[in-house]
Amino acid sequence: MYTEKVMDHFHNPRNQGVIKDADAVGQVGNPVCGDVMKLYLKINEGKIVDIKFETLGCGAAIATSSMLTEMAKGKTIEEALKIEKLDIAKELGGLPAPKLHCSILAHDALAAGIKNYKENNK
Amino acid sequence: MAKQKSFYLDNAATTPVDPRVLQAMAPYFNEAFGNASSLHGKGNEAMVAVEASRAKIASFLGCSSENVYFTSGATESDNWAILGLTRAILRDNSGFKPHIIISAVEHEAVIEPVRRLVKDGLAESTYLKVDKNGLVSPEDLKKSIKANTVLVSVMLANNEIGSIQPLTKLAQVIAEANSSRKRRILFHTDATQAPAYVECNVKKLGVDLMSLSAHKIYGPKGVGALYVGSGIKLEPLVYGGGQQQGARSGTYNVAEIVGFGKAVEIVSDKKERSEDIKRIKELRDYLVKQVLVKVPRSSLNGSLKDRLPNNASFIFPGVEGESVVLMLSRHGICASTGSACSSGSLEPSHVLLAIGVPIEHAHGSLRLTLGRFTKKSDIEALLKHLPSTIEKLRQMSPLKN
Ligand SMILES: Cc1ncc(COP(=O)(O)O)c(C=O)c1O
Ligand code: FES
Repeated sequence: MYTEKVMDHFHNPRNQGVIKDADAVGQVGNPVCGDVMKLYLKINEGKIVDIKFETLGCGAAIATSSMLTEMAKGKTIEEALKIEKLDIAKELGGLPAPKLHCSILAHDALAAGIKNYKENNK
Repeated sequence: MAKQKSFYLDNAATTPVDPRVLQAMAPYFNEAFGNASSLHGKGNEAMVAVEASRAKIASFLGCSSENVYFTSGATESDNWAILGLTRAILRDNSGFKPHIIISAVEHEAVIEPVRRLVKDGLAESTYLKVDKNGLVSPEDLKKSIKANTVLVSVMLANNEIGSIQPLTKLAQVIAEANSSRKRRILFHTDATQAPAYVECNVKKLGVDLMSLSAHKIYGPKGVGALYVGSGIKLEPLVYGGGQQQGARSGTYNVAEIVGFGKAVEIVSDKKERSEDIKRIKELRDYLVKQVLVKVPRSSLNGSLKDRLPNNASFIFPGVEGESVVLMLSRHGICASTGSACSSGSLEPSHVLLAIGVPIEHAHGSLRLTLGRFTKKSDIEALLKHLPSTIEKLRQMSPLKN
């Protein structure tokens, strides 16, 4: 059902954990739906220098979280905002249709994190 | 795929075919391969085998062979019982709207045909609620019966939490109601999960219709049966060449029917049956005890009373079931979950919700089901990997409380 790449990210999640002195965090989802994603961002001169995630959710939720951190790390905020909702699923070699919302969730978590950063730095 | 040792704890999903069943089936693929409806010797040989199998099933159910029809499995049997009865009634009574009562924890193979009839405006339905152990109450059933009630369908044993329904008591309620009615209310049960563990005598249970499936009792997939009490008229679901008295057309699936008969014969053996039940129950009880000790904040769904001896169903708050299943699978452990994310529909198990599990906890469910071929080492493998799996997933979650 899942591609090998999804399973790789699920079993060996990249950038999983917490950044204690994060410059911003973004959290989306809720436990009633079964999935919650939280991203921690470290941003230096407009660039995402570190990013970590915590996720409660299915295999796809964990894999998209992991994939997203790899995609976003090293990008400027402007570049990161160009990651589209289904880009993460695409990068993973596709997700089953009912799981596409996990890709959207990861996208939204990043958007929420960047929004939080902008608010913190007004 | 790389061959990995597997620890199979998903016998409610399907069971391996017993070697004795496989052996019984073998000649019917290329030696005794005839079409059971053919008049020649090859046909006769096949028909004899089909009828021998039907007789074994009839004997297990305590009915006669004429009451047993072969189908493609319990899904077809459930659909046929519900749609076949409703259509037969509608054909003879235009303008009448039949009422069907089912429990809230039925398998989709019962829920969906009922939902379809209701959606098409052809029937009405009532769902009987269940208590925290998954059981319906006879009083509730009594209150739900209406003037237009034609069918009650309550499963014998539940596939997710293993609860065993008080069918005899429900049958009494129906019999009482029937004593003052012109049209009898019929009682259907989906017994798919039951035959290896629970009494399935249709007279003792008091049922008019019963669905069975071979692949849950160490037989092959794609064959099942419907018991139809004498004098009950069902409209066919499958029309064609008129096999099985025209009630269910289609060339007899001889090898699988033979396998099904052999599987039933094996579960009918009193000695083997009671030894199996005892051994499986001991393993299950050990599993439950150990899991509850080894995994913090874990709980068992339902009680150990009135439950299939092979079923254990847990909630682990703070994790999502599909992740648990995938992670266990890496260690060769085969389990299942009622979580939303695993279902495709993104709704958690209706059974867990019906017994009052909060929705956020229902996402963290895990079902482990044992069987004839389960060994202590399967349980030990699970006990070795489950606690660290849950711990790891809880650590990854943003909600650590
Ligand atoms: C209670 C119950 N009813 C029906 C079915 C469907 O049976 P089959 O696979 O034979 O169609 C199953 C199996 O998933 C079941 O557990
Ligand atoms: S978290 Fe539920 S489908 Fe992915």
